[in-house]
Amino acid sequence: MAFLARALRQSNSRLSSRCPAVAASCRWISPTAAAGSPEAGAAVAPADPELPPPREPVGGARVELPPNPEDALEVFVDGHAVRIPKGFTVLQACEVAGVDIPRFCYHSRLSIAGNCRMCLVEVEKSPKPVASCAMPALPGMKIKTNTPVAKKAREGVMEFLLMNHPLDCPICDQGGECDLQDQSMAFGADRGRFTEMKRSVVDKNLGPLVKTVMTRCIQCTRCVRFATEVAGVQDLGMLGRGSGEEIGTYVEKLMTSELSGNVIDICPVGALTSKPFAFKARNWELKGTETIDVTDAVGSNIRVDSRGPEVMRIVPRINEDINEEWISDKTRFCYDGLKRQRLNDPMIRGPDGRFKAVTWRDALAVVAEVLHQVKPEEITGVAGKLSDAESMMALKDFVNRMGSDKVLCEGNGPNPPADLRSNYLMNTGIAGLEKADVFLLVGTQPRVEAAMVNARIRKTVGATQAKVGYIGPPADLNYDHEHLGTGPETLVEIAEGRHPFCSVLQSAKNPVIIAGAGLFEREDQDALFSTIETVAKKFNVTRPDWNGLNVLLLHAAQAAALDLGLVANPAESIKSAKFLYLMGADDISLDKLPEDAFVVYQGHHGDKAVYRANVILPSSAFSEKEGTYENTEGCTQWTIPAVPTVGDARDDWKIIRALSEVAGAQLPYDSLSAVRDRISTVAPNLIHVDEKEPCTISAEVKPPVKQQVSSTPFKTVIENFYMTDAITRASKIMAQCSATLLKK
Amino acid sequence: MLPPAARLAARRLLGLASSSASEAAARRLAPSPIAASSYAAAARGSVSSSRPFSTALNYHIDSPENKPDMKWEFSEANMKKVKEILSHYPSNYKQSGIIPLLDLAQQQHGGWVPVAAMDAIAKIVEVAPIRVYEVATFYTMFNRTKVGKYHLLVCGTTPCMIRGSREIEETLLEHLGVKRNEVTSDGLFSVGEMECMGCCVNAPMIAVADYSKGSEGYTYNYYEDLTPKRVVEIVEMLRRGEIPPRGTQHPERKNCGPAGGNTTLHGEPKPPPCRDLDAC
Ligand code: SF4
Ligand code: FES
Ligand code: FES
Repeated sequence: MAFLARALRQSNSRLSSRCPAVAASCRWISPTAAAGSPEAGAAVAPADPELPPPREPVGGARVELPPNPEDALEVFVDGHAVRIPKGFTVLQACEVAGVDIPRFCYHSRLSIAGNCRMCLVEVEKSPKPVASCAMPALPGMKIKTNTPVAKKAREGVMEFLLMNHPLDCPICDQGGECDLQDQSMAFGADRGRFTEMKRSVVDKNLGPLVKTVMTRCIQCTRCVRFATEVAGVQDLGMLGRGSGEEIGTYVEKLMTSELSGNVIDICPVGALTSKPFAFKARNWELKGTETIDVTDAVGSNIRVDSRGPEVMRIVPRINEDINEEWISDKTRFCYDGLKRQRLNDPMIRGPDGRFKAVTWRDALAVVAEVLHQVKPEEITGVAGKLSDAESMMALKDFVNRMGSDKVLCEGNGPNPPADLRSNYLMNTGIAGLEKADVFLLVGTQPRVEAAMVNARIRKTVGATQAKVGYIGPPADLNYDHEHLGTGPETLVEIAEGRHPFCSVLQSAKNPVIIAGAGLFEREDQDALFSTIETVAKKFNVTRPDWNGLNVLLLHAAQAAALDLGLVANPAESIKSAKFLYLMGADDISLDKLPEDAFVVYQGHHGDKAVYRANVILPSSAFSEKEGTYENTEGCTQWTIPAVPTVGDARDDWKIIRALSEVAGAQLPYDSLSAVRDRISTVAPNLIHVDEKEPCTISAEVKPPVKQQVSSTPFKTVIENFYMTDAITRASKIMAQCSATLLKK
Repeated sequence: MLPPAARLAARRLLGLASSSASEAAARRLAPSPIAASSYAAAARGSVSSSRPFSTALNYHIDSPENKPDMKWEFSEANMKKVKEILSHYPSNYKQSGIIPLLDLAQQQHGGWVPVAAMDAIAKIVEVAPIRVYEVATFYTMFNRTKVGKYHLLVCGTTPCMIRGSREIEETLLEHLGVKRNEVTSDGLFSVGEMECMGCCVNAPMIAVADYSKGSEGYTYNYYEDLTPKRVVEIVEMLRRGEIPPRGTQHPERKNCGPAGGNTTLHGEPKPPPCRDLDAC
């Protein structure tokens, strides 16, 4: 029944967004359909002349008809008239009519191949059954989906598909969520006539993430189309012909795409499965928790599948505005990092330099005592890149109560542009990027910084031949782009209209500029951003109806931190700190930290900063807590706890709240809702979950900048895509990926 | 008594067991993977020639003469031909030229296309290499492993089979002392099989692809109306460097006409009665 629940939860997604895997499981299985031998279906005529009542569109989808009635047409599906926009296929028309057509090769986000023939339906006046996925619906078409002809056609196709498909469902990881299994139950015959030997195919090595059992492949070519069209790595192909046909790379080659894991989801059978998840669990034992990903600033929607206290796997959820239905490999496979190198107990470093586990009471008492010995301005709080808004609020309130204003979030640079929300968000929105026709990427490499944003850009480039100009160190972007230069001079040239790319920008209708958050760390960031604004003004990038000036953030915590005002200067704060409170901050440079500073590390992983810590307070990871995150486009989302916390760990904000009480500066909130009330007074947008609060354009109110841009070229901000934070650094799978996939 | 289907399945299983055993044996004998695969293919073919097994592997295995990092280029003369070929297609559909280019590469490279050549073609037509691999593996007339200077292709489709193509193939293999898809030790001959080449009137037939003179002197000739004796003669002529007369080998047949001349339809055809206007 798990799949029904899943289908219901999915039911508010739009038609274009439905995931076939989900659809396959919410199909109506009529008991009469598969009765008897393959011939029987054809022999029994539909008995009752009464039409069944009309159905709702599949998955509860909404169909948006074009405003102009000329662009819509009417077809009849099983006798019911449905209105659909022009250009829909027969299959889509059937979906609107609430009839789910079985399919293998068709995928709404990939090009149409029409090679599995599972989607055959009967169309009146057509001599043969037609493949509905590849047939455009024509006005007045009479489509029949449950006639003997259609049923027999499906049974026939099914019989052919099962001919060479091994009967290894009991040892197949796809078992229980396999399209072939489900559809042969629903649409196949109960017997086959094939008595020959089945074929077998050599397995391919696609790398540490995707396991292949190629004998199971049914040649739907979804993976080939995904790799070519979405991932942009043309490595997979269909080799050979006839029964010798197989999917492969011909010359052995690993799949070096940051999106390769998605082929696991789109493969309708168990040919491509997850290597780390192989033989670990069956999908019906898993509890799915719908939450979001925090390994980058995109906030991809995911489902964390857990069994007992263990996260077993991560799969994507559909969110048209953010990740569509893909996720990056980092998001999908970082989960084993949640089980390794975790901090279980509060610990204090003894005089011998070793940590000793203590009780929470003792740990907090020690911290509070030290806290009272330092001067207020020597207290510094640093939030890490994975922090949620609640804990950052608590940290800020606490540090402020202790009399210091030195509280910051790592990655935001010395002087983050926190005054206007539009200065640090992706104002176009991730989905909005699809409307753009020219992209100017400044100091950002979206492919490693935010793989899902990169997938959008790639989609746009592929669909509309949008032009991409890129300023930064040489990068491997998987779409056509023009490398304009490596440093700020190029930007200045564009701003002054001296660069050839200006003509491209000039002729653009919806130009988009994406500046990387790596620029925040630069000395000349004010000058850079004002140059970018000049460019924006010059080429009409920001208009009342279009805001194409974007910043692409790097970390999950960044946007919320800027909203909440964690904006102290890191270098100065660290230099003067005698009491440093690191809340999961591992990537901040501690070189300048005074020797005698007391460092409290509150976090879930024994990562870099632990080496310098004096006290460790264990906290929960994103999979274990409820937290608010704001993604790079300003959309607020919640994580939902999927598994219990490890050991004696507690939620970040609760630890700070407890500490504040021990330290005698009690924070006025005791529950999550109270913290959120407090947040709503600082940044009300963080309360409106799953919404994007639009920001108003008001670049005019900025003071003039006197800084000069320096000539230092832009740097690569993320060296290793697979290891960017405490969780991914602890992950074995990610370590394997960096070892095998990143080596040149 | 087993039901018929089960009996059949049991028989198949037996067949499979013996074929995989012989494959394993072949593998033990053959040192290089390429040879092993062709042994295996031959072994399979001999167990049950009615089962459709493709004779070539659909993936690449590195060997000293076939490695992706080897350098491969069209010769200067052929580069001109490449330009010529590409000029047939619109410049944004260069990939349409993959098949003729693969053919040219095959002629230049002594009858087979190494991966390096496919990569070179991919570069010329500006597509990802896998798109060329797909084409090259799809068409069985592109050889992806070494063949002899004279590649003899025996037609195995029904009409030729009825007229004795199996004996032709057996004779060839025996005469040359090779297995199917194997090259003789002097590198001169290899025997392959292919499907109907549209020459069924004069079945059985073989096609001989002559790669001995590079792409300039490349020929592809049919030898029809064969007998086991005649096919050996043809092979020997080729070995001596002579060019056997192509086409039918039947002494009394001209092209594909009836042997011994026409026996019927000698006179002028009579007009149909309805056209005989005088009779009306
Ligand atoms: S591997 Fe899976 S996705 Fe790829 S063609 Fe085979 S069945 Fe389809
Ligand atoms: S879904 Fe239509 S042919 Fe595969
Ligand atoms: S069957 Fe041999 S040429 Fe047609």
